[in-house]
Amino acid sequence: MPQGIRNLLGLRDMEPEGLVEILDTARSFREVLERPIKKVPTLQGTTVVNLFFESSTRTRISFELAERRLSADVVNFAASGSSVSKGETLKDTARNIEAMKTDIVVVRHSSTGAPHFLSRLLKSPVINAGDGINEHPTQALLDMFTMREKFGDLKGLHVCIVGDIAHSRVARSNIFGLTKLGASVAVCGPRTLIPDYLEQFGVKVFYNIDDAIKWADVLNVLRIQLEREAGGDFPSIREYRLYWGVNRSRLDKAPKQIVIMHPGPINRGVELDADIADGETSVILDQVTNGVAVRMAVLYLTGVKPS
Amino acid sequence: MKIFFRNARVVDPAGKYDGLFDLMIVDGAIQELGSSLGGNPVNYEINLRGKFVVPGLFDMHTHLREPGQEYKEDIASGTAAAANGGFTAIAAMPNTDPVVDSADVVKYVLDRAKQSPNAEQAGLVNVYQIAAITEGRKGERLSEMKDLSEAGAIAFSDDGSAITDSHVMRLALEYSSMLGKPIIQHCEDHALTKSGSVNESPKTIEYGLKTQHRLAEELVLSRDIRMLEAFGGKYHATHLSTSESVELIAAAKKRGLPITCDVTPHHLFLDDSLLSTYDSDYKVNPPLRTRADNEALIEALKSGVIDAIASDHAPHALHEKEVEFDSAPFGMVGLETTVGAVMTNLFHTGVVDIQAIVRLLSVNPRKIMGIPVPQFNLGARADLTIIDPDCEWIVEPDKFKSRSRNTGFKGQKFKGSAVGIVNGERFFFSDRLR
Repeated sequence: MPQGIRNLLGLRDMEPEGLVEILDTARSFREVLERPIKKVPTLQGTTVVNLFFESSTRTRISFELAERRLSADVVNFAASGSSVSKGETLKDTARNIEAMKTDIVVVRHSSTGAPHFLSRLLKSPVINAGDGINEHPTQALLDMFTMREKFGDLKGLHVCIVGDIAHSRVARSNIFGLTKLGASVAVCGPRTLIPDYLEQFGVKVFYNIDDAIKWADVLNVLRIQLEREAGGDFPSIREYRLYWGVNRSRLDKAPKQIVIMHPGPINRGVELDADIADGETSVILDQVTNGVAVRMAVLYLTGVKPS
Repeated sequence: MKIFFRNARVVDPAGKYDGLFDLMIVDGAIQELGSSLGGNPVNYEINLRGKFVVPGLFDMHTHLREPGQEYKEDIASGTAAAANGGFTAIAAMPNTDPVVDSADVVKYVLDRAKQSPNAEQAGLVNVYQIAAITEGRKGERLSEMKDLSEAGAIAFSDDGSAITDSHVMRLALEYSSMLGKPIIQHCEDHALTKSGSVNESPKTIEYGLKTQHRLAEELVLSRDIRMLEAFGGKYHATHLSTSESVELIAAAKKRGLPITCDVTPHHLFLDDSLLSTYDSDYKVNPPLRTRADNEALIEALKSGVIDAIASDHAPHALHEKEVEFDSAPFGMVGLETTVGAVMTNLFHTGVVDIQAIVRLLSVNPRKIMGIPVPQFNLGARADLTIIDPDCEWIVEPDKFKSRSRNTGFKGQKFKGSAVGIVNGERFFFSDRLR
């Protein structure tokens, strides 16, 4: 019997064994997705609420598909047009929904710590679908799943995350998860988008993308949020593309073939050129498929009733 | 009304009555101070063996929230909390609604303080008002400082935000120098802190919170020190939080500048590792710093660089704090935990003695604000606090007299507590007095 998990708030405080359990469980759900009928009765009778206080397309759809393929009943809540716009607090929204006898809560919120806050208020397990600039654990798990699929083991694998590290919950969850499973992690981007103190996690920092490419087995290229340019955190999109954009000519200089990942949605021609995103070394669509399997695993493990 | 204290360990900063005494207080004045007094019938006779009697404590940085935010706190609940925490006097910050930037609002607060709904309580705690430096605390135009001063304001501060405009700071220092009243600065370079709400450190980077850099405090403080030197005035830096800030203060004092500062118990004893659970009770401004900063502040207390401890009592309603971290307001309450925190972490650890604690919580804050220090002379008005150094208690916010519960000290075990005050004819004895 699997151990099950109470909540999935982040990878920061998880044990490596817990990560491996999710990744191993996801493997069997990945097989389900190849069947003609992609549905299992695992969460029949369980109601999952997707609480999205911040807009999201792919994460929400991925969770919803995962829930439906586990035969759960699904309720979607989006902040706009809801009671939140009438001034209701997060606490009231969540407790009201739980009072309707739901079983698992998936939450995305623009504030760091919102899922942790909810987990203290609710009886249901809480799954973090992205909180502020803190963590996006299921994204990191699907990234790790995809790397495992490609390379077998994560030990010693050189993974470089490229882009706005300072504001990226994807980067942070990847750093926590990958280092726990023995991968070497680096980040690359302009100095103003990389926080201090990353050395405490054993993370290497490159300011030069060519150096990063020389070092890496995998580049996980993050979306450059266009509003960051407006905030002046770096000079311009043009300059970013010129000096940190991942393109053919840069990759051609790499000593080995580099696997390209991206959590999406891609700004084609900014952080990643179209031919690379669609090229033979790209696993971006595998990530998307694996995302459903990983989320099925997480939902399954949180839905496991303690025996 | 006669109150008789036996066997009190009187701590008299003036040195005259420093030792074990019996005290007879009649109609709010100290009638007798000696040994083996008694014999006459009294209303209250209390044996204070093992307890300190000190000049009434004064909190120089309190948010009473009245007028305008009475759901967080009001003068009645705030002064009840002050009495329960051992303070006979408090200075209220002007960031109310409306802002205390006109003589009328000063008068309103001072009048309200004198006519508490509970007659027993009116006048139990002296309320002093600090007025805004600038109109609406916007940092642009000076408030009517002279008129505010005439109405009773004892100091000026835009607390909650800093005066960052250097020209406005110059005007504030020069104008206030005519009044002899201090400018109290909340040191923060807002352009640097932006939307950050916690200290930038390895811990908070790990927790994924929006950070502000410690330099934001030091930059404003160092500019202000140069401006104080150039333009005169009296300057007080409140709630300092970093090791660099206290170094700047030490250097400025060495040069003989009229500068003083305070620190809060939470910046002395709590650090940013507490943010790991994203509990907004630990969200304060300036933010909780590192363990090393705690230690540097404590060292500076020992060496006398820090003049005062102030609570920065900042009440917020439960519904305001019980939200996601980014939406929660800054601040924690402190009136009812300051003495416990100080006794536990400074007195019992041997960092400072009771005389130093009296200087930090009673004598110096009054001197900074130009208020007379209570005396232990025969015939003097009684203004005193009773501290039981051995009282062990656990911080239970539900038992606060304050209307708000937001404290980062919740659940902590303290040794030492204020157990009562006498302020003229008014007095309050806590349940902990035994």
